[in-house]
Parts: sequence; structure tokens; C-alpha cells
Amino acid sequence: MENKGYLIYEVGILGGNDKVKTNLFVLFVLKRRKIMNIEDIRKEIEKEIDAVKDLKELNELHVKYLSKKGIITELNSHIKDVPNDKKKEFGMEVNSLRTYFNENYERLRDKFEEELLNSKLESETIDISLPSTKVSMGSPNILEKLIEEVEEVFMSMGYDVVDGPEVEEDKYNFEMLNIPKGHPARDAQDTFYIEGEEILLRSQTSPVQVRTMLKGKGEVPVRVICPGKTYRRDDDDATHSHQFMQIEGLLVDKDISLADLKGTIDVIVKKLFGKDVETRFRPSYYQFTEPSVEVDISCFNCKGKGCNICKHTGWITIAGAGMVHPNVLRMSGYDPDIWSGFAFGFGAERMAMLKYDINDLRVFYNTDLREVKNFDRGEISNND
Amino acid sequence: MINLEWVKDYIDISDQDLSELAVKITEAGINVEKVITNKIDNLVIGEVKSCALHPDSDHLHLCMVDIGKEELQQIICGAPNVREGLKVIVALPGAVLPGDFAIKSSKIRGVESNGMICALYELGLEEKNDATYAKGIEELNSDAPVGKDPLVYLGLVNTLYELDIHKHRNNDCYYHIGFAYEISAILNRKVTLPDLSYKESSDNINNHFKLEVNTPKCPYYLAKMVTNVEIKESPDFIKKRLLSVGMRPINNVVDISNYVMLEFGQPLHFFDKDALGDKILVRDAKDGEEITTLDGKMRTLRSSDIVITDGEKSICVAGVMGGINTEVEPTTKNILIEAAIFDPVSIRYTASHLDLRSEASIRYGKGLSYEYTNYALDRACHLLEKYANATILSGKVCYDVVDKTPKVVEFVPEQVDKMLGIRITEDDMKYELERLDFSYILENGKFRVTIPNRRLDIDPNVNDIAEEIGRLYGYQKLVSTLPKVGIRRGEYVGDVKYRKEISKRLRSLGLNEVKTYTLVSPSMASSFDYEEKEKITLPNPMSVDKSVIRTSLIPSLLNVYNYNKARKVDDVNIYEIAKTYDKDYNEESKIAFLMKGNYVTNSWKGSMKVDFYLMKGIVENILDYLGFKNRYSFVRSNVSDLHKGISADILLDRKRIGIMGRVHPKVCKDEVMVCELSLNALMSKVKPLKYKEASKYPTIIKDVAFIVPKDMSSSEVEAVIKKAGGRLLSEINVFDVYEKLDNDKKSIAYNLTFMDSNRTLTDEEVMNVFDNIIKKVTTSLDVELRG
Repeated sequence: MENKGYLIYEVGILGGNDKVKTNLFVLFVLKRRKIMNIEDIRKEIEKEIDAVKDLKELNELHVKYLSKKGIITELNSHIKDVPNDKKKEFGMEVNSLRTYFNENYERLRDKFEEELLNSKLESETIDISLPSTKVSMGSPNILEKLIEEVEEVFMSMGYDVVDGPEVEEDKYNFEMLNIPKGHPARDAQDTFYIEGEEILLRSQTSPVQVRTMLKGKGEVPVRVICPGKTYRRDDDDATHSHQFMQIEGLLVDKDISLADLKGTIDVIVKKLFGKDVETRFRPSYYQFTEPSVEVDISCFNCKGKGCNICKHTGWITIAGAGMVHPNVLRMSGYDPDIWSGFAFGFGAERMAMLKYDINDLRVFYNTDLREVKNFDRGEISNND
Repeated sequence: MINLEWVKDYIDISDQDLSELAVKITEAGINVEKVITNKIDNLVIGEVKSCALHPDSDHLHLCMVDIGKEELQQIICGAPNVREGLKVIVALPGAVLPGDFAIKSSKIRGVESNGMICALYELGLEEKNDATYAKGIEELNSDAPVGKDPLVYLGLVNTLYELDIHKHRNNDCYYHIGFAYEISAILNRKVTLPDLSYKESSDNINNHFKLEVNTPKCPYYLAKMVTNVEIKESPDFIKKRLLSVGMRPINNVVDISNYVMLEFGQPLHFFDKDALGDKILVRDAKDGEEITTLDGKMRTLRSSDIVITDGEKSICVAGVMGGINTEVEPTTKNILIEAAIFDPVSIRYTASHLDLRSEASIRYGKGLSYEYTNYALDRACHLLEKYANATILSGKVCYDVVDKTPKVVEFVPEQVDKMLGIRITEDDMKYELERLDFSYILENGKFRVTIPNRRLDIDPNVNDIAEEIGRLYGYQKLVSTLPKVGIRRGEYVGDVKYRKEISKRLRSLGLNEVKTYTLVSPSMASSFDYEEKEKITLPNPMSVDKSVIRTSLIPSLLNVYNYNKARKVDDVNIYEIAKTYDKDYNEESKIAFLMKGNYVTNSWKGSMKVDFYLMKGIVENILDYLGFKNRYSFVRSNVSDLHKGISADILLDRKRIGIMGRVHPKVCKDEVMVCELSLNALMSKVKPLKYKEASKYPTIIKDVAFIVPKDMSSSEVEAVIKKAGGRLLSEINVFDVYEKLDNDKKSIAYNLTFMDSNRTLTDEEVMNVFDNIIKKVTTSLDVELRG
């Protein structure tokens, strides 16, 4: 052929090697006196590529053209036999042929591999509707969840969280709280005595106030809350329990007022029951505070319209509180002419019952895990 | 219970809406729990026109009753005293009696009955007891107007305030005049005391009677003597008022003593003077001294009680109950009236050990004002003269060591302002003190206030004054502020900190927190008693179930397990952290957990079950978290309530800090794992955290398996491996245990990891160590290398 056909001569060198079928093919072509130029080989490749059906056939083609004895490799090895003036042109032709093959080879390889992978994935498809594997975190006790929320608020206001003994001395539980032996205020707290009238199961968390002040030696300000177990001789029913939890708070510093107490209580009730909840103080009587108040909050449920939760009054009593009695300060080593403070006590069960709409106090102590599991959940809300 | 009609005797409140007044009173500090008006609709006076036996009963009567309408009302009545011509109280259908008892037309044994004929106790006007029950239906006077409201006719329509006694200062709510003073402060109106006047005869009490007080527990004792009393029914107003507050009228003399007590809060005791003799000696009782009280019961006294005697025999348990031997009888002529003050604490103890909480003992127990003791005595004389035709002897017998120093408080208004956090003007303060009826002097801006004697509850300090002023001024005027104190962040302190941290960790490991009771039954207390601590048993428990303070939490957790199991909850993974106490009051906080069932659950492809090793992993996780890595170990346990083959003592620094294992099948047949650790033992100092670089050099891992006797523990083999491996051996890991060998052997296979943090190890040096390990294990233990 006169246009850029190059005869691969010295075919004899290639001949006779049965292992290299591709070369035999060339030989065969030559034997038939059909002389193929590079353009013919490209057409051949095109035809063959179009006919390839899978990765295996594609790889066979790769062997035929690009293995050590492959046609394109062979052509390459003959560049040296081409006359000098034609070498460059021949070289470029062979290269272009190689590129042509490679592009097609890679395209098809990617395609077949993709198809193979897809069919593999297809075969691996699962039924995503089947039940999950349950990995669970434990839940806090419902009361404890409420208490931790309260603790968080008070710690942010500088209150330490402390606890004291549950088996307590009468001295701390009563006497140093301005409730001497035989005082009628003891009636309201039917106490479990352990040893005479000296050792008892604490009937309130207030003894921790005394213990904390004694540690402060009348010298340092005090800011603590004490959530803890307390005990009274009550029969267990929906609203009573011989064991229950109080959250006691005490602040002793200088120039502390009843209005400060109100502001402090405002903070916690708004956090627990909502920003629009109002606080109201009513005069009350406790032996260890003077003045004493009962703390009511406006009903978060009916917003004052009247409902069962607030017994149709619009208000719910949630705590007892007051200014620390000067006798209590004095007995614990704080001079009431210098120091003043307030104390408050919440019933944890009552708060939790209100907040989570629980109507039986025994829920906290019987622990039905089906109920508790609902509390393994945050209460995150968007503040915007 | 306060009767507002009665209060009207002492203060003018006729213009007040009593429900609104109750709100004002509550806002000022005395909790009016309930406003009770005893008006009952559909209650009429009827006259029994005919009364026949019910055809089908031997005790029911079929009555035709005139209720002022055209037709007679047919009513079945069971009372034995119903009879023709009787005027009665009829509750017609639609009436709702106390206890939400709604009256309806009904058939009683087949006969129609349109209402009910009532007894006073059925209307809540008398206590229901054997006596009132026996009395049957109330018999009205024959002049009672048929068809009219019987309560109006009887003058028993009242408004009552039920007060919350506990939430209250000392004693105002126990007597009507005290309550009138509270209203007087709220409304700023004057109180008028009742008539205390009477004539005295020329005969003097001292001619008949001598008093001796021989105990410090009786600081005040007054007595008056009256003669020729005429015992009869009380006048209507006394009967009605007593009834209204739930007291049963008896006769004029007894009723007067109760009436005066309800007026002034001062209990009185009336002795039959002729039975008493001419002497009273008040003294401490002797231990074991006996007296028969008015209720006919023999009482044994203690030396802490106070007793009134006639010089020889005891005649009254002072302040609690009189003796039967000097009781006022219908035949009594002469009376000695006692008005005294006893030590409140002593009275409270006596009432409590005799289990005799009377109206009197409650009042003595709260403390009394000597002023009112005098008033009450005079008031009783006045009423006895007027309603029992008594002659009052002149003079009084009196023992008096009462400290009468008035309580005085001095303060400047700023002190009150600072305490309350509001600014109250001097004029407002004056106004509040005046309406409280507290006398004061204001000099150079300083108040000097004298507290009236009746206000026993007020101590002479600024706080008390601030409270009195504040509660009337109104706490609603308080404006919230926050304390002006230093800024800091609070923290968990002491054991609370450990409790919180460990709690958080256990929750993240999938355990649910529970709370159980500290008080347990003796049988629970003896279960898991592995420390054999002596326990606190309550001397007066409410029930045996809750009589012992626990030393282990595990039995309580087993209860929670059983509670959940009964509710078909199969996977129970729970923990509790709580305090325990032993007999010597040593406190030990404990962490206990219980695990049963699945830890990770998948219902269709298999779950991960809880077993010993899982729980062990959780224990290690906690201990590692607390910084105790390499300081703890697990050894076989002999706790009797644990499975002896599947249990361990947990040691920290070689000391036992807890136990774990499967609950012994005799305690619980389910495969329940429990663990308990001492929190106190974990509260020790640990090293601060420091970064530790991971080795850059490659590790070499070699596997080896040994055939060991079945009862040999892996830890024994590991100990030898560790020693032989030296510093190049960085990790030992069991990767296979094969127990099903034919004989009494098992095979344990280990991965041994070799590493040097400074260089790359050569195969040869690792092989040397590895060979040494095999040699040491096989020679020093009864162990062979598994080929």
C-alpha cells in the first residue's frame, strides 16, 4: 500500500513460535499475502472491542495486543527495523495505536468492573425493615434526673452540692435547728428513732445546714444545696412515703434579704416549670427560719384558670423557706449581727410528680424499667 | 376548728364575707384549709303522723311524715325511738349529708322510702359514737316549725374555718379569742374580751383549802372555789357552739370548762371539792404510781409526769386527764377550779407515753400565757355564777413563779428593711405595730416594742418583728432580687462527687439507676451479709418489713429484679448507689449492680447475653476509669449467697473492696449476676492524667496454647508467662479456651505481644524469650504445650 502502510518484514523471526498466537495471526495474515497496515489493525481492534462481552474476553484482548508477545508490543519492538526516515512516523503510529487500545480497554474494564460490583452489591442487599440491634444507655432514676437538673442550676449560681449522714444525731436534726427536745414542732415530723432520743434517721435534710455552717466556723460565707434521703413514720401510699427526698438549700452571707430568697427561687422554678411561672410567698411557720414562708408557684398547667393540679386555686405550693433563724446562726457559730442568710427545702418527689405528671409517689421506688426507659432522653430545645 | 359566729362575740366582722376573710387570713400566715358552712339543702323539720312496722322487717318502721306540704312523705326509718307525733329532722331526696352521702328515693325491702329521718351525728353535728348511736334520731321540741330548716331552728348554721395546725405558730388557732386578735390585726379592728365579772361571797377560799407545789414543772397554779352549783343542761348557746366545733355537751359545769378553754385556750380542771378534801399538792409522780383516770382506765405513771394529789393519793394526771376519784358528778355541789400552767415538754411526754392526747394536753403542750390563765379562771366563775347558780368564794389560791418580764425588742427600721429586702416607711411600720396591738416607743428613729404576753411564739429579735410586720405588710410587695455575693461555680463535694461520676459511667455502660428503701426486713438484711456487720434494728419500727438498716444493697436490687420479672421485663440491668450503716453508725456508701438477660439485644439474629465476664468487664471499666489500672484483681469468693463456682472477690491493692458473681440458685434460680463495691474504698487519690505516646516500633505477636488441668486458673499460667516474658512482653491475651478435651484437662490459647518502645525487635530475640516462656510454663506448672 502506498499510503502509510509498513510491511512487517523479517516475519521469519517471529514465525514458528506456537506459544504466541498473536504473532501467528500476523504470520497468518502475511501468509495469505494480505498485508495489514496499522490502520487495518486499528479497525481490527475496533471490531474486536465492540464484540467483547465481559472482563474475561477483554483481558484476552489485552494479552493479544499488549502482553510481552502482543501485537502492539511486537510492533514496538520492530521500530528498530524500520528505516531511519520512517522510524519516527512509524513510532507515532504505533503509539497512537497503543493509546487507542488502552483507552478502549480501560473504558471497558471500568464498565465491566462497575457492573460486576453492582451485581455483587445487588446480591448483598438486606431487608432494612428488620428490627435493630438494641444498644442502650442506662437511664437515671426519675427523681435523680430532676435532682441533677436542680443541682446544675444551683451549681451555676455558686452553690456546692453536699450530703450528710442519714443516720443522724438529734443534735443536728433538731436541737441546733432551734427545735429542742419536747418541742411541738417535732410532732409534724414523726421520726424514726434509733437510740433513745439521741440517734435517728434524719427526718429532714436541714441537719446538713448545721454541719456545713459548723465547718465554716462562723468565718466564711456558705452556699450549698443538699439533696438527700429523709425518713418519717408515714405509711406508704400514692402521696406518702416513709423514705423520701428533700432538696435543701442554704446561703449565709452578709446583707441577705427575703427578696434575695424570692429571686433565687424564681430562677429555679422558671428553669423547671417554664419562664412564665410566677413565685408567691405566703407567711408560714418553721422553727429554724424567721421569717418563714411557703413558696407557691403559679399553676404551669392551667395558667391560673384553675385545674386539678392546683386544686382550682391557680397556685401550687412547692417549698418551705425563710431567713435563717438567728438562734440557728448563733448555735452554728455565725453571729447574727454580722451574718444573715436564707434556707429553703423542696420535696423532690413532689417536684418530679408535678413536672413529669406522675400521680403515684411509689413510682420512684418500685422502678418498672418499662417506665424508666422513657427517661433515657434529653430535653433539648431550640432557644431561638 | 374556729367557729366564726363565736368569734363575732369578740370582734365585729358582721360586714365581712367569710370566704374572702379566710383568704386574707391565709395570706397573712394562718392557713385556713377549708371554709365549712354546714348548711344542708333539702333538710326540713317534719312531724311523724303515723308510724307502723315495716311489713317485711322486725326493726324498720314505715312512717308517714308531714313536711309542710300537701302530701305526707313516706319514709322508712330504722331508729328505735321513732314514734307517732315526734318532730324530727328529715333529709329529703336531693340532700347531701356529710361524707357525700346523697339521699335518694329508694325501695327498702320492697317499700318505697322518700328520704331519711336523721340523727345529729348523721348531719356531722355530733361525733358518732356508741352513746349518740344509742340515742337514735334527734327528737326536736314539739314547737319546732314543720317544713322549716332544722339547722336554722336549732341555731346550728355556722361558718367554720378548718386550720392547718402544723403550719402554724404556737396556739392562736386553738382558741377563739386568739383568732379574734389575728383578725383584729388583719382588719385593724379592736378585740373586746368577754364578761369576766362575778360577785364573791364573804367566805374565802383560804378557809377551805391549802395549796402546795413541789415541782419545778408547775410554775403557775391558780384555784378558785365555788359552792352550791346546780348541775343541769347547758344553755343553748354553749351547747350549740361546742357541737359546732365537734365537742359533745355533757352538763353545764363540764361544758363551761370546755367553753372557756375554747375561748381563751386555757384548759381548766374542775375537782369535786368534797371528794378532794382540803389540800392540793402538785408534785412529780413516782415511777410506777397508779391512777384511774376519768375514762375509767388504770394509768401507770413515770417520775417525769406531774401529778396533782390531795396530799396523799393522786387525783389528776396534771395537764392530761383528771382522776375518777374527784370527778364532777351530777350530784356534785362544790367545785375547785384549777387554772394552771405546766411545763409543756413534760406534758407532751406524759401524753405521749400514756397515749392520751386530750384537748387539754395539746394546749398545755404548746405553752400558755399566764394572763389568759387569770382571764379564764374569772370567765369560768362568771359563767358558773350565771348558768349554774354557783356561789363564788372570795380570794384565790395561787402559786406563782412565772417570769413576767415583758419581751422587748429594739430595732431601727432599716434592720427590718434589710431583712425583708423592701423599704417600709416609718409610718407604715407604726401602722403595722398598732394593728398587731404591740405597744411601742419610737425615740430617735429607734423602735422599742413590747410583745404582748399572749404572743408566746414571738422571740424578742428583729427577725420575729420583721416577720410580723412583713406578713401584714404583704409579701406580694417583695420584688425579686439576687443575693449580692461573690461569683463562683459550685461543685459536687466529697462522696457526692464520686457518686455522680460513677453514676454517669454506669449509665453510659447501659445500667439503669434505681432507688430502693434503706429500711429492710430482717430476712433481707441477712441475705448477702458477706461482711457480717452488726446491723441497726429500729426499736420502734412501723412494720417488720422496714425494721433494719441495710448493710448491702443487693437484696433490694433482687427485689427490683423480681418486680420487673413479674411484669415480664426480662432484661434487667440496674444499679444503685446508696449509704449503708452498721451498728456502730459507721457509714459506708455502696455501689451495687444487678444484670440479667441480654446486654445487647437483637430479637432475630441473636443477642449478647449477660454473663460473669461481661460484668467483670464493667467492674474493670469502672476501676480503670477511676485510675486503678493494674492495682486490682479478682479471686475466688466464698460469699454464701453467690454461686461458689461463678463468683469473685474484687481486690484493690490486695484488699477486698467488693464482690461479684452469679446469685446462688437457692436465692434466685435465674441466672442473675450481681456485684457490690464499696464506694468509700474507691475514694483514694490517683495520679493526674498524662499523655503517653504509642510505640512507633512494630510489635511481634506469637501464639501459644497450653493443655492445663481443668481447675487451673488462667491467671496462674499468665503469672508465669508474665514473669518469663520480662519487659519485652507487652500484652497477654487469651484467644481461645477449649474445655472439651476427653480428660480432666482444658486448653488455653494465648496471643503474646512483644514490643520494645525504643527499637525494632529481631525475630531471633523474640524467639528466645518465647521459648523461655514455654519452658518456664511447662516446667513450673503441671502444663504441657499443645502441639
